[in-house]
Amino acid sequence: MSTTVVTKEGPAAVTAAPTVGSHVRSYWSRVRGGDIGALPAVLGLVVLCTVFSIMRPSFLTAGNFANLFTQGAAVTLIAMGLVFVLLLGEIDLSAGFASGVCAAILANVATVLGYPWYVAVLAALATGVLIGTVLGFLVAKIGIPSFVVTLAGFLAFQGVVLVLIDQGSNIAIRDSVLLAIANRNLPPALGWALAGVTVAGYAAVQLNRYRTRSARGLVADPMAVVLARIGALALILGVAVYILNLERSRNVLVTSLKGVPIVVPIIAVLLIAWTFVLQRTSYGRHVYAVGGNREAARRAGINVDRIRISVFMICSAMAAVGGIVAASRGNSVDPNTGGSNVLLYAVGAAVIGGTSLFGGKGRVLDAVLGGAVVAVIDNGMGLMEYSSGTKYVVTGVVLLLAASVDALSRRRAAATGNR
Amino acid sequence: MSATPLLELRGIDKSFGPVQVLRDVALSAHAGEVTALVGDNGAGKSTLVKCISGIYTTDAGEFLFEGRPVTINSPRDAAGLGIEVVYQDLALCDNLDIVQNMFLGREKRSGLVLDEPTMEQMAAETLAGLSVRTVKSLRQHVSSLSGGQRQTVAIAKAVLWNSRLVILDEPTAALGVAQTAQVLELVRRLADNGLAVVLISHNMNDVFAVSDRIAALYLGQMVAQVKTTDITHAQVVELITAGRSGNLGLTPDPAPADGTGAQPAEAQNPGADR
Ligand SMILES: Nc1ncnc2c1ncn2[C@@H]1O[C@H](COP(=O)(O)OP(=O)(O)OP(=O)(O)O)[C@@H](O)[C@H]1O
Ligand SMILES: [Mg+2]
Repeated sequence: MSTTVVTKEGPAAVTAAPTVGSHVRSYWSRVRGGDIGALPAVLGLVVLCTVFSIMRPSFLTAGNFANLFTQGAAVTLIAMGLVFVLLLGEIDLSAGFASGVCAAILANVATVLGYPWYVAVLAALATGVLIGTVLGFLVAKIGIPSFVVTLAGFLAFQGVVLVLIDQGSNIAIRDSVLLAIANRNLPPALGWALAGVTVAGYAAVQLNRYRTRSARGLVADPMAVVLARIGALALILGVAVYILNLERSRNVLVTSLKGVPIVVPIIAVLLIAWTFVLQRTSYGRHVYAVGGNREAARRAGINVDRIRISVFMICSAMAAVGGIVAASRGNSVDPNTGGSNVLLYAVGAAVIGGTSLFGGKGRVLDAVLGGAVVAVIDNGMGLMEYSSGTKYVVTGVVLLLAASVDALSRRRAAATGNR
Repeated sequence: MSATPLLELRGIDKSFGPVQVLRDVALSAHAGEVTALVGDNGAGKSTLVKCISGIYTTDAGEFLFEGRPVTINSPRDAAGLGIEVVYQDLALCDNLDIVQNMFLGREKRSGLVLDEPTMEQMAAETLAGLSVRTVKSLRQHVSSLSGGQRQTVAIAKAVLWNSRLVILDEPTAALGVAQTAQVLELVRRLADNGLAVVLISHNMNDVFAVSDRIAALYLGQMVAQVKTTDITHAQVVELITAGRSGNLGLTPDPAPADGTGAQPAEAQNPGADR
């Protein structure tokens, strides 16, 4: 600062304090300028849910609502990791089968070798990190395009799963903790408590930001907008927990079935943690920088290779988490775990949610929103008794649609000087 | 001006494979002075800058910073010495906003968490100090800025740190008249505040308007470094195009040369002097 003379007029770029109206207008002009973010996913979710509810009343039941979470969990978790790779403009085609390999390790350690669940989970996660390190090394240090490296991984990991699980058979998961992940629910009171803590934490962060920014004379979002955000989160979580806490057992006398599925807090915690990493730490800032302009990042002294390797590590580690959830949900691991549509659904989830295939743009929340869209399509079409062939075609078309929206909004942004 | 230059380069060589781009280059930059680095397209100006900033490693030669020998192997080394560069091809990330770009690679943190309010305040103060009033919001992506605004952000990024030497690679090349004048004024102000400034430019009017010294690079060789007041417009143009002018620059060929011989052969003449 030694070189500059601070004028008395105060910071140059401070504009008039924004009102609710100007906030909405600036959001709208961003959307028109091609920065549409998660808007298509949210609109798509509303439209799809409306259509399926009308066509199949069974779609709109507490039981099916809970199903959506457990069905979409594995894909969403893998997509959360893929967001990091996509942020650099890279791709990981091996994430699906990497989750399969990690699930096979989990099953072998827990069931075949008989170790406790936490050892098996650690082994699966370590396998994911190792896979990611190798992929990242080949991409960043050797310089092979990620498309090729991970396509090779796609094939090789498929083989590794077959080797780990004797051809054609499967390994059952018997550990009660592992089974609980995708099959059990939180006690209703705990569901409410976690929702309350989440809303309170979010409110604290938002209000604290408002306070510090106002106190320092910086432009802060209007209080009404801050309160609206907190209110919206409270409303969404409140409704979701209320529905999930309804009794959904067909026969209450035999067994009671209610509460938030355990995968939901798992996804929520990872969502919050990775969002924190991307938005609030310099590591996250550097990921965006490398994705936006690798040369600029390098000149800023950022270790680009390390960032590139690390995103593959995160992606494969999240694939491992997805594999653990898939194994729990399937009660077993077979050669198809992490195979068939898993990878495409995961890539689709990230892109549908608004993460760009061109790099530099995306959030972990995108994976959750897009994962919800994919889960709703899969679930709703299943209820309407379409064959899985039709489901694949529709999901493929939706992925293409999302990619087109991505490409077109990028062009629009270039035309309007927004990117 | 101080006797020892802030930065002095001696005998810098740099090749890309078989192509030798810099040979035995010397350059000195003094605190409080603007040194203009001139030379034709492809003379090696940008390459020299990238060597100083640690983006390229040199094949031979030494760096003296305040008379002490130093090694610069990475952008971090250069930044550690207080050397900041504004590149010809702007090194900004389009997907980040102004504040994020200005602090890229050197984010302010409190603990683990980025300290956004502090960064935003410092950025605002710096831009205010540079009399920048054209940006709407510090939180807009740089992709939405005009060329001049982007250049200003890049310069602001360079002076945000307690930099000692700021190198600007053609900062006005893409700018209109008004914005060029503004940037040049800014360049002069940096030097007047005690920084050493190296300015690369093809525009002789700009060079004579702000510089204290002129260093001319011809086909990878430093052919002259003289006070701006001791040289004329025409002489500089001759140095740029022919590598010599009168008694300045490369020594003439044994064969009689009339001072206009712009043959590349002359560059192979090893007798470059300063
Ligand atoms: N990475 C590289 N690999 C090979 N050759 C290079 C590389 N970078 C530059 N060169 C060559 O080095 C020479 C000097 O280039 P440089 O960019 O330094 O010129 P310059 O003086 O900045 O020119 P301009 O005024 O056009 O910006 C050119 O002949 C160029 O082709
Ligand atoms: Mg150049």
